[in-house]
Amino acid sequence: MIQLDIIQIVGFGLAAAILALIVKEYKPVFAFFIVAFAGIVLFLVVIGKIGLIINVVSDLANRSGIPDIYLKTILKIIGIAYVAEFGAQMVRDAGQESIASKIEFAGKVLILVMAIPIINIVVETLLSLIPAGMSG
Amino acid sequence: MSSFEIGTIFQIAGLGIIIAIFAAVLKQMNREDYAHWVTLAGVVIILFMVIRALADLFQEIKSMFLFQ
Repeated sequence: MIQLDIIQIVGFGLAAAILALIVKEYKPVFAFFIVAFAGIVLFLVVIGKIGLIINVVSDLANRSGIPDIYLKTILKIIGIAYVAEFGAQMVRDAGQESIASKIEFAGKVLILVMAIPIINIVVETLLSLIPAGMSG
Repeated sequence: MSSFEIGTIFQIAGLGIIIAIFAAVLKQMNREDYAHWVTLAGVVIILFMVIRALADLFQEIKSMFLFQ
């Protein structure tokens, strides 16, 4: 099943690339739409598989008793990273390098914001490890 | 991945070529303004198709990563 999927994905990508090349000669805008649509479809296909991985990971986290907030935060960070990367590549394909780099920057900042609770927990844990006499 | 997506890709490419031909013919007939409008209409139609797919994708990402 997986092998069939990769053949389909590669064939789909090749067809989209050839069509984009052909159309680009006449109307570049439509070539961009073809590329964007191909990217969306390939992402949609892969995201179904990512769901299986996430199920396994969350099952492992539940069994080992890791607090829920960690896994949720990590999943949110991964989601932000995927969306930001996808958007940046789309915009870069459209030829707007500066907007693409701003999107990536925004993604990085939002990821850092998401990580603040975890950083707080780490600092709290470290402080509680230090003996009371030394911290004062 | 089904035949739907590859069909849509061919649809977009075909519409692009047809609209390019239309625009070229209209330009030959000295109707450049019509050619521009035809191109704009084609862009809007394709944009709707792509936007719908994009909405699907974002919905999927949202339900998978962001709001469990």
